[in-house]
This record gives sequence, C-alpha cells and structure tokens, in this order.
Amino acid sequence: MTENYTALYDQHKLAGASFTDFGGWQMPLKYSSELAEHHAVRNAAGLFDLSHMGEVWVTGPDSGAFLDYALAGKLSAVAVGKAKYSLICQEDGGIIDDLISYRRAEDKYLVVPNAGNAAVVAAALAERAAGFDVVVDDVSAETSLIAVQGPHAEAILLTLVPAEQHSLVTELKYYAAVEVGITVNGAVQDLLLARTGYTGEDGFEIYVPNGDAAGLWDALLEVGAGHGLIPAGLACRDSLRLEAGMPLYGNELSREGNPYAAGLGPVVSLKKESDFVGKAVLAELKELGAGSTSGRRLVGLKGLGRRAGRSHYPVLKDGNVVGEVTSGQPSPTLGYPIALAYVDVEHSEPGTALDIDLRGKPEPFEVVELPFYKRQK
Amino acid sequence: MAKVVAELKYSAEHEWVATDGSGPANIGISAVAAEALGDIVYVDLPEVGSTVTAGETCGEVESTKSVSDLYAPVTGEVVEINDDVVSDPALINNDPYGAGWLFKVAVTEEGPLLSAEEYAAANGGEL
Repeated sequence: MTENYTALYDQHKLAGASFTDFGGWQMPLKYSSELAEHHAVRNAAGLFDLSHMGEVWVTGPDSGAFLDYALAGKLSAVAVGKAKYSLICQEDGGIIDDLISYRRAEDKYLVVPNAGNAAVVAAALAERAAGFDVVVDDVSAETSLIAVQGPHAEAILLTLVPAEQHSLVTELKYYAAVEVGITVNGAVQDLLLARTGYTGEDGFEIYVPNGDAAGLWDALLEVGAGHGLIPAGLACRDSLRLEAGMPLYGNELSREGNPYAAGLGPVVSLKKESDFVGKAVLAELKELGAGSTSGRRLVGLKGLGRRAGRSHYPVLKDGNVVGEVTSGQPSPTLGYPIALAYVDVEHSEPGTALDIDLRGKPEPFEVVELPFYKRQK
Repeated sequence: MAKVVAELKYSAEHEWVATDGSGPANIGISAVAAEALGDIVYVDLPEVGSTVTAGETCGEVESTKSVSDLYAPVTGEVVEINDDVVSDPALINNDPYGAGWLFKVAVTEEGPLLSAEEYAAANGGEL
C-alpha cells in the first residue's frame, strides 16, 4: 500500500505520536494516552490533523445541478456559506462515501470525502460531470486540514483572528463556513474556516495550504496550551465520534449497505425533481421499507456489563444471531460499553434486550436511542 | 522506549515472571505490551484456586481499542490475584512491573521463558 504522509508528519513525530495506517496514510494514533486526549476534547480542546481527508472543488454554472445528479442530497438548495452532509451512491444504492459539501459561491462548492475514498470520489465526480458545465478539481494533495474541537475551541481560535473579524467566528453557525484571517508565521492569511467536526463537541476545521500547515499547527498548540488544548490522535477521534453516534465509512457505511439501513434516509432526497445516481434503486428500497420494516437497521447498543463488543462480533437474541456489531468500545465519557450494530428491524426498538457474542460468551446489551452522548449547549 | 526490567523473566506472549525460588511467582504484563495495547480498561484474571498451564490462555486484557488474551507463563495453582488492578486497570499502564501486577502462582513448572536481554532484543524494549 502506498504510504502517504501529511505535511504535519514531523510535528507528530516530535510530539511523540505513535502512528497507524489509515486509508493509506500514516496518521497519529495517539500522542500520550487516548483516554486523556478523549477527555481533553470533551472538557477543553483537542487538535487534530485531518489532512488525509480529500478536497475536491466543483466550479462552473452547472455546479448545483451537477451535484444534485452526482450526490443523494439536494445540494442546489444549500445557501452560499452553508454546508451539507451527503452521500455519493452507486447505481445500486450502495454507498461510495459520505461527505460534506460547502457552498462557497453560487457556482462553487468544496466537496470533502474521506481519506481512503478521496481518489475514488474525485474520479466518480469527474465521470458524472459529463454533460454538465463544471470543472472538477481534486486539490487533496496540496491541502491540509486541521481541526480544533472542544468547548474551548472558539476561544483558542479567536486569539489568532484579528479583532475586527471576531464576529465572523463567533456568529458562524454549525455546518457553515467563512473565509477568515488567521495569523500563521506572523502574517494574517485568509483561510477557509468551517464550524464542523466529528466529535460531538463544538469546533472548527481549517483548510490550509500544505506550506502553512505546520505554522498553523504550532500556533494553535501554543495559544491553546493555556486553554487545555492538546494534540489528539485517531484513537480518540474514533471513540469521540462513536459516542456522538456518527457513522464511520468502512464500519457502518459501505458499498454493500444502503442509506436507509444506516439510518440516513433523510439524507436522500427522493423529492428533488432531477434524476441522481442511485435514485431508482433507492426509491425501491424505501418502498420496500428497508431499515424500517425489512432487513437490518443500524442501532445503538448500551452494555449492561463491563465488556465491550467489537466490530464483526455477532449480536444475539435468545441465542440466535440477529445482527452484527460495526463499531464498539468502552465509552470513556459515559463509563459503560457502547456499540453500533446492524440488527434485524424487529429487534431494533429502543429498550430491546440483546446480547453480544464476546468470543463465545454472551454479554447483555440494550438497544438505545442515538446519539449516546450529546453535549450540553 | 518501554522499559524491560533486568531482574525479571519474560514469556514470548509478553508476561513477566518474578520468582525468588521459594514463594509463589508474581506475574504481570510487560511495559512493551501495555504500551502497545493502549489504555487498559478491563482485565479478566484466573480465579484463586484454579490451575493455569504454561502457554495456555488464562484471562483477557481489554484496552479501548482491542482485546488480547492473557497467557500463563508458568504452570501451577493461582494463589492470589491483584484486586486493585481489577477495579483500576489503568494501574497496568501506569506501573506494569509494580502496582499493575496481575496474579501469583505456586509454580510446578515454568514455560519457556526469556531473559530480559532476550525479551528486549526481540521486542524492542529498553533495559
């Protein structure tokens, strides 16, 4: 497998990170303790390198119509400055990736796919662009992405933003983005700042050219130290997103699955007038009651004991297999094991008692509403 | 780099064994293993009075990211387990050769054990 390194690799090494391969990238797994990093994000702030994520610009007069065709959501309805969570599906309704699209102008969107899928998504977009007046430009290789997540994220960020632009940051809504001046290496640079994240906390994601990434990372660490900010790796990113009930591509989402089973029915806009890739099959699946009256559905499971279920462990009802765990681990914030699992719809109601087969031993769990964790606002 | 204590013996499965030749052997897992596992959140130990067999599994260690089997490095009867580590598994990360010990065995036979030098050479620990 090709090993890719982000522009922040040296920063991570200096900070003593242990690394893991993720989607073909050498990424920091943790710097010290993943539990300490998890708690820092919940209680103060964490700094994440997300430069392995993709960035694809879509520009041209047909941009909105093109994305309406290429993705499952109605992107033409997104206001300039706002963002939308969407899916890119296959003709058979299978999920190629989940992604966030930012509308930056009437005729300009930034589409952000997952690391391991960035090239595939960029290729699918380019292919689907035939017949539309758009340009698809994959800038993933030149672009770094740094996230500051946690209740202190805003205060930390403001220390690097000129006073006259503070209101741009403080008034920025969730799932919105703005160009804002951020001080990097002694100079104010206009960078794209989004109020988004994958942790269940307030926070920001900053798109920065590779050449300025290390400067921005170091500046955030320096000004953030007094606010409890520490660098945070992928291990805690996974436990944070799981507590927030957010799906991970490759675990909960795949080409073999479908949006309805994953609980992402509302993301699919069958009502939009235009055709889109996968529409016919998805309409059929909805008609069949996929994820509501037929097949399996993604649910949250809360452990009643101390043992955690793990990906691929079977889910049992009275000893019979009725599902499979996709993600699971002890929840650092809640103090009990949590899991996401696909289970037969008849056993998916909150309150249903199920077992997870822990390597031969059944361990009691209960179906609960998602998310597991919701921050106090 | 993770510490390897010179006075101990080690199994290939990362358990350390402390014997003074007379009393029961004290057993734990190495700092190399504790570091690789990540933050340990659960430990399942053999029961006092049960017999463990060298090279066979006798419990589990669960971290935030994974579950690993615990292998007995020696054969014999379990005479004591560390209750503190059961209620606070982080002791294994914080002090793997001290407060993070796991259980004691009245040894009838040792499994194949490595010296500290051999273990460190094979697993990248620091003596």
